[in-house]
Amino acid sequence: MQLIVNSMRYDLDVEPEMPLLWVLRDELGITGPKYGCGAGLCGACTVHIEGEAVRSCSINAGEVRGSITTIEGLGTPANPHIVQQAWIEHQVAQCGYCQSGQMMTAAAFLSKTPDPSDSQIADAMDGNLCRCGTYTRIHSAVRTAAQMVRGK
Amino acid sequence: MARLKTIARRTFLIGSAAIAGGVAFGYYRLRQDPPNPLLKGLKAGEAAITPYVRVDAKGVTLITPRADKGQGSYSIQAHLIAEELDVDPHKVRLDPGPPSPAYFNSRVMDDSLPFSTIDDGMMARGARGGGEVLSRVLGMQITGGSSTVPDGYQKLRMAGAVARETLKEAAARRSGVSRSQLKTKDGQVILPDGKSLTYAELAVEAAQLAPVTDVTLRPEQEWRYIGKKMRRIDIVAKSTGTQQYGIDIRPDRIVYATLRTNPGMGGTIKRYDASSAEKMRGVKKIVPIKDGVGVIADNTWRAFQAAAAIKIEWNDPPYPADSAGMWKVLENSFSKDQQDSRLRNDGDVDKALAGSSKPIEAEYRTPYLAHAPLEPMNAVVLYTKERLDIWTGTQIPVFLQGHAAKLTRLPEEKIYVHAQPMGGSFGARLDDTYALQAIELAMAMEGVPVKMIWSREENMAHDYPRPIQLSRAKGTVRDGMVESMSIDVAGQSMGASWFNRLQAPVPPGPDTSSVNGIWDQPFAIPNFRVTGYRAKEMVPVSPWRSVGASGNGFHHASFLDELIHAAGADPMAELIRLCNHEPSKKVLHALQEISDWKGSRIGDQRARGVALILAFGVPMAQIVEVSDTPQGIKIDKVFAVCDVGRVLDPVNFEAQMRGGIIWALGHAMNCELTYENFAPIQTNFHLFEAMRFHQVPQIVVKGLELGGDVRGIGEPPVPPAAPALANAIFALTGKRVRELPLNKSVTFA
Repeated sequence: MQLIVNSMRYDLDVEPEMPLLWVLRDELGITGPKYGCGAGLCGACTVHIEGEAVRSCSINAGEVRGSITTIEGLGTPANPHIVQQAWIEHQVAQCGYCQSGQMMTAAAFLSKTPDPSDSQIADAMDGNLCRCGTYTRIHSAVRTAAQMVRGK
Repeated sequence: MARLKTIARRTFLIGSAAIAGGVAFGYYRLRQDPPNPLLKGLKAGEAAITPYVRVDAKGVTLITPRADKGQGSYSIQAHLIAEELDVDPHKVRLDPGPPSPAYFNSRVMDDSLPFSTIDDGMMARGARGGGEVLSRVLGMQITGGSSTVPDGYQKLRMAGAVARETLKEAAARRSGVSRSQLKTKDGQVILPDGKSLTYAELAVEAAQLAPVTDVTLRPEQEWRYIGKKMRRIDIVAKSTGTQQYGIDIRPDRIVYATLRTNPGMGGTIKRYDASSAEKMRGVKKIVPIKDGVGVIADNTWRAFQAAAAIKIEWNDPPYPADSAGMWKVLENSFSKDQQDSRLRNDGDVDKALAGSSKPIEAEYRTPYLAHAPLEPMNAVVLYTKERLDIWTGTQIPVFLQGHAAKLTRLPEEKIYVHAQPMGGSFGARLDDTYALQAIELAMAMEGVPVKMIWSREENMAHDYPRPIQLSRAKGTVRDGMVESMSIDVAGQSMGASWFNRLQAPVPPGPDTSSVNGIWDQPFAIPNFRVTGYRAKEMVPVSPWRSVGASGNGFHHASFLDELIHAAGADPMAELIRLCNHEPSKKVLHALQEISDWKGSRIGDQRARGVALILAFGVPMAQIVEVSDTPQGIKIDKVFAVCDVGRVLDPVNFEAQMRGGIIWALGHAMNCELTYENFAPIQTNFHLFEAMRFHQVPQIVVKGLELGGDVRGIGEPPVPPAAPALANAIFALTGKRVRELPLNKSVTFA
């Protein structure tokens, strides 16, 4: 099986039914996507497939069509994505474990909805759990990121 | 012998150092401080000045021994040291350090004592001193009880000051200029002629010196960090997916593992059949462990699949099989011989009740609750005959080291605990069962690092939840005022369950966590009695964010609100009238002001509830505002005011306040663990959701700085939120909800 992750092509020998999350984490050593629930309930494993936010724990590797972007491919400490810049500016993270997934969801959402209403933000982010309760800062950071997207 | 002498000489002599204002720090010390653990294994050219500062040719490393579960403890510890050491905490290295008695927590026992955390009487101070001695003797390097700041506020600044002056002394000896003429700035000692020596350059000489302990802490006008907005040390890593947690560790040749233990916690395994599992792709080994069986494979998912394929028969644990039976145990615990405590008995409750024609009676219940941090329990372990390395997030590294030594029969000094940042904990990592299980698996794979991860389902069933509590409350009102309140609380002892698992002596006396949040509240109700009853142990339990007060606060502040409404009084006015603790009263007044309180009803569709709970020394008052919508009750707004003595970092203060409130409201709305066939029904987040994004209210917070003891803020925001919400629901609907979660009784939008 072949997968394209963060613009790199990988040849893999794994069962097609292995969830993408475990291919990324254990086979490829890409640990930004996190295991939280294994059932598409928390969003910590969110990645992009062709720009769409997808729960990597709930899609089998064999079902993936198109290129995959993980948080590592979204931006880096030296060159952070707009959403990551906003997350840094608002100091969103507490434990930070859910934040890779939060940012991947936010980035996919803002790419389609650059001028969101509050209720659109709430709808978009509702599937991502944060046990620390950073939601108010996530909201502020999404707002800031949206302004930055539009200002570009 | 020379080595011994060196260690003794370099022992961190904090006890003899003075603090600005002239208060001696450590006058109550009964024993010598434990030796500095950094001196062991120190390489040439490295200096360990105090257990908190290591300097070598590459620069400065600050040791931050309190675990970071997301509450920002690494960051605040680094800033406190840096405040005196004159380094930029973002430009130095941080290291959680080795497990060591030197990092004992002087304040972690405060909340376990039968004295209110604000009681400054001689007995209370004596007991607190005893708690500190106990913690020191046991080497209790524990992170918990919102104690990182109270424990470290002076100690860490003092460590920074001692290190700074020692580095200056090294510079003085090299330059011939006296220490008093030297200054420090950004990791450098500055000479009078403007030349500078970096701390790194001075490491070799500093290592030869006895620490300079005649230091004075800086007055607050000179502070660069404390009280100002801080930038979290980990904020870039956590915003770019580059923060490494325990679950992300990948040593060479790693193998992956998971396990299944009895879903009825504490129950044992009868037999298992792994014949189909062991043939599955990638499976390396099936390993029987305590109360269960583990699978080691070449990929976590393959381990999960194989574990699920093992057929297992379990033995029943020794407690009722379902929630109804567990509640029955509590219902039957209100007997004289099970009375555990009566920490409050003001006035004459019986007389007040007998003299009333209409005493008010109510029963309150709070459920078992999982901590359920988003990072499931995990550990990476490498075992050889010579040593054991454990990479994991833990709040109890010294206990883990001891337990691991027993399990492996290696000496403690051969157990290396590499503490990792945690993806949440909320108390979950005050236990180390998961790490010991990982060690059992690694012992079957000598020389190969094993990463063990609990599935979410395993995690929900083995979370050591907060205990269920049942209160029977009675009270009377007279002339528009609360006249009497009696609360009898039955619960299993959290302390006994947890301390026994830690293999630590259970603190003598009553189990305060069963009644904290009730008996110690700052209200002068003329007749006020609180009685604790100890139920037998059932599901093994542990501290959950804000511990006893998390559930008991709901019992206390809800029933007080019932009495206030029965008296026909205004809830805010009556709380203020009853309050007998000045800081708490100021907190209530401030809350009244910022919320523009004008009563619990706002028109037809909106209402407010108020509650104050004092926990961990912090009076915390909150108002929750709700409205009636076609979809159900909506939480619109929360106001929260507290006094923490001093706000060290306004950014994290606000984060902890809001996060704690969202945590508390979410669990109050829809979370519980209920049991069937000994195991919780709630196996994953679809049945344990807490608050989702669309339900988050506007939250207005304010921290008063009344100048008393400096307190932590991780836990205090939790206890008042649930009762304030239930009180608001009563004001809105007329329905008094006396059991959590609230969604059993009302619908939320």
